[in-house]
Amino acid sequence: MSTGVADHETKHDLPARPPELAMHFDNMHQQFHSGKLGMWLFLGQELLFFCGLFTAYAVYRGNHQEMFHYVHYFLDWKLGAVNTVVLLVSSLTAAWSVRAAMLEQRKVLIFTLLATFICAGIFMVVKYFEYTHKLHIGAVWGGGFNVADADLPAELVAKYPDMTGAKLKEMGAGSFFAIYFCMTGLHGLHVLVGMGLYIWLLVRALKGDFNRRWYGAVDNVALYWHIVDIIWIFLFPMLYLIG
Amino acid sequence: MAGGVVEKPAAHDKPRKHYLNHVKTFGSWLVTLDHKRIAMMYLCAVSFALLLGGVFALALRTVLWNGTPADPETSILGATMEQFYNKMFTLHGAVMVFLFIIPGIPAALGNFILPMQLGAKDLALPRINLLSWYLYVMGLVLFVCVLVLGGLDTGWTLYPPYSMGGGSQSQHVWHSLVLAYMAVFILGFSSILTGLNFIVTMHKLRPPGMGMYDMPLFLWALYATSLIQVLATPVVGITLGLSLIEHMFHVGIFLPQYGGDPVMYQHFFWFYSHPAVYIMILPAMGVQSEIMGTFSRKHIFGYKAIAWSSIAIAAIGFIVWGHHMFVSGQSPTAGIIFSFLTYLVAIPSAIKVFNWVATMYKGSIDLKTPMIYGLNFIYLFGIGGLTGLFLASISNNVHLHDTYFVIAHFHMVMVGSTVNAFLGGVHLWWPKMTGRMYNETLGRIGAILVFVGFNLAFMPQFVSGTRGMPRRYANYLEEFTTFHQASTVGAYILGAGIGLQVLYLLYSLFKGKKAPDNPWGAASLEWQSESPPDFHNFTKPPIMMGAYDYENWEYESEEAGWKLKPEVIETRKTLSKVH
Repeated sequence: MSTGVADHETKHDLPARPPELAMHFDNMHQQFHSGKLGMWLFLGQELLFFCGLFTAYAVYRGNHQEMFHYVHYFLDWKLGAVNTVVLLVSSLTAAWSVRAAMLEQRKVLIFTLLATFICAGIFMVVKYFEYTHKLHIGAVWGGGFNVADADLPAELVAKYPDMTGAKLKEMGAGSFFAIYFCMTGLHGLHVLVGMGLYIWLLVRALKGDFNRRWYGAVDNVALYWHIVDIIWIFLFPMLYLIG
Repeated sequence: MAGGVVEKPAAHDKPRKHYLNHVKTFGSWLVTLDHKRIAMMYLCAVSFALLLGGVFALALRTVLWNGTPADPETSILGATMEQFYNKMFTLHGAVMVFLFIIPGIPAALGNFILPMQLGAKDLALPRINLLSWYLYVMGLVLFVCVLVLGGLDTGWTLYPPYSMGGGSQSQHVWHSLVLAYMAVFILGFSSILTGLNFIVTMHKLRPPGMGMYDMPLFLWALYATSLIQVLATPVVGITLGLSLIEHMFHVGIFLPQYGGDPVMYQHFFWFYSHPAVYIMILPAMGVQSEIMGTFSRKHIFGYKAIAWSSIAIAAIGFIVWGHHMFVSGQSPTAGIIFSFLTYLVAIPSAIKVFNWVATMYKGSIDLKTPMIYGLNFIYLFGIGGLTGLFLASISNNVHLHDTYFVIAHFHMVMVGSTVNAFLGGVHLWWPKMTGRMYNETLGRIGAILVFVGFNLAFMPQFVSGTRGMPRRYANYLEEFTTFHQASTVGAYILGAGIGLQVLYLLYSLFKGKKAPDNPWGAASLEWQSESPPDFHNFTKPPIMMGAYDYENWEYESEEAGWKLKPEVIETRKTLSKVH
C-alpha cells in the first residue's frame, strides 16, 4: 500500500461525488479511462473482425490476379474518391466534436455531431447508387455473375475490346463481387451503426449531458468512427484502384 | 435459483442484508448490474448447458454400446440409429464447447471472483457485463431452437461443403444451420465483451498498492484468457457471419462449387478455435493455482513463472492452428512449421504442472473436495498434455488423425482438466457465493466418482484410437467392442458423479450449514468479505496482504472458520479505496 492512512482520511474530505460518477469508481479520471480502454479493446477486436475479410481478399486476389484487374473496372473510382473525401471530412468533424465537448462549446458540439451524421448519410447514399447499379447489370457474387456484353464498363472495353461477360464469369468474377459485397457491406453496416450512435449523441448533447468533467461518450464514439474511416481508407485502394 | 437462500435470523438480530436478498424481486435480477448476480445467473445457465451436453454424451455412448445393430433400420425418435448418433455427437460438441466450457469458468466464477480479488465493488463496465449475459441467453435460446427443429449433424466444427450444402440437406437441417451460425456468432460477442471487461477491470480497478504481480494467479489466468477472447473470437465471428451468408445466398467464399475455398474456412475456424481451447484451459489453470496453494497451506511456488506461462500459452496459442489441418491439404512446409510451434506449447504447460507439484511439496495437504479435484487435474492434465505431443508430431498425426486417440486427448484436457477445475472452483467458492456449506463427504465421493468414471471412459479410447478406431462413426468392428463398452460404463459413472453433485449442492442451498467467511483459510481478498458478500462486496475495507500469505490466518472453529490473526489486523493497512 503506497497510500497511507493520512491519504485515506483526506479522501473522505473530498467534495461530494459528481452525479456522473458510477458507484464502483473512485473518481472521474478512473471512470473516463476505463471506458476509453474498453473502447480501444473493442477497436482491436474490430480489426480482427475485418481481418478475416482482408485475408480472404488476399487469397482470392492471389489466386485470380488477372480477373481482379479486369473486374475492378466495374467500380467507379470517382464515386469511391468522393466517398473517401466525405469520410475524411466526417473524421475531422468527429474529432472536432470531442474538442467542443471538452470545452463545453455547445453550439459547435451540436454542429459537428450533425455534420458527422450528414457525411455518413452522404456516404451511404453514394453506396446505395453503386450497389443498385451493380445489382441491375448482374455484377454480383458467386454463380450469379451474369453481365451482358453491352453492360461492361466502357474503360474495360476500351482497353480490352475482345472482353466479354462470359469470359469474366469463366475467370471467376463472382469471387471478386463476393469479396466486394462482403467487405463494403460489413463496412456499410458499421457506418449505419455509427449513424445511430451520432443520433444518440445529438439527443444527449441537446439535453446538455456533456460537460468538461464527462464527455466520455463523445470521445469513444469518435474513436469508433475513426476506425470505420480507416477501414474505408484501406478498402478504397484495394478494391477501386488496383489497375 | 439463489433466491432460495434465506438467512435464518438469530433471536436477537435481523437477517443480514447481502447481495442475494437486498432486493428480492424477479425483475431486480433481470436488470441487475451487480457482477455477483450476473455471475450466479451465468452459473445456472452454464450448469444447465453442462447437463444438456452431458445427456447428449450419454445418448451417443449408449448408441455405441452395441456398434453393429442387428437391424440397421432401428429408429430412435424418428431417425435411424446412425442419424441419431450423428446429431448427438454434433450437439454434444456444440453445446459443450460454445455454451458450457468457453463461458464456464470466466463468465460464472470469474465474474463473481475477479472484482472481489481486486477489492473492487464491481467490474469496470457493469452494463457491458449485463449485455454479455443477455447475448449469452440469446445464443442459448437459439441453440434450444436448433434442438426443437431437429438438430444438426454436421459436427460442431460446421465444416463446409457439407454444412453449407444447401439443396442436399433437409429443410430442417437448413433452418437449424441458420440458427446455429447465428447462435455461435452471438455467443462469440458475449465472450468478447466478457474478456474486454475483465482486461479493463484488471487495469483500471486494481487498487493502488496492488501491482500486477500482487494479483492472485487466477486473475493472471483470466487476463491471458481475456486477451484471447478479444483477439481471436472476432475471427470466428466473421467466419460464421460469412458462413451464414454463404449458406443463405451462396456467395462463393467457402463453397467450391461457387468459386469458394473450403480449406480457408478451416484456417479461419481454427485460427479462433485453437486459441479457444486455451480460453477453455487457462482459467481452469488459474482455479488450479488457487486450489493448490490454499489446500497445501503453502505459498504458491514459482508465482512469476505461473503468471507468465499463462501469457505465453495465450501468445503461442495464436500460431499453432495449422496442426488441426495436417491432412487437409495444407502445404508440407506449413505442416512442419505448425508441428514445431505446437511443441512449444508444452513448455509453459509443463512449467505450470511443475510449479503446482512443487507447491504441494512439503505443504500441509488437506484433502478437501476442491483439492481432490486439484489432484485429478494434475494427473489428467499430465496425460492430456503429453498425448498432445504425440499428436503434434506430424508423422504420428497422419496415423492418429480423426481417431479416438484425438478424442481421448482432447477430453483429457477439456474434461479431465477444465471440467475438474470448474467443479473444484465451484466447490471452493460455493460457500462464498451462496453462504452455505455443501456436504464434504458427498463432495469427496462425487470427486472420486468423476475421476474413476472419466478414466474408465477415456483411457480405453487411447488404445482403440491407436488401433484405428475412427471418430464420428456409429458402427465399429467387433474387435473394438470391449473398449467401447468400457467407455460407455465410464461415461455413466461420470454422469452419476456429476448428478450426485447437482443433488447435494442444491440440497445445501436449503439445508446446508451456514458458511463461515473463510472456511478454507485462503488468503486472497475475497475471503475477507462476508459469506455471502454484501451488495457492495466488502462491508469493511479488506486488509492488504499477499494472495498466498496463508500464515496470516488461524483456524478458529468449524462454525467460525479461519480468522485473520490479531497482529495482522493491527499492523497491516486496509484497502483505502473501499469505504
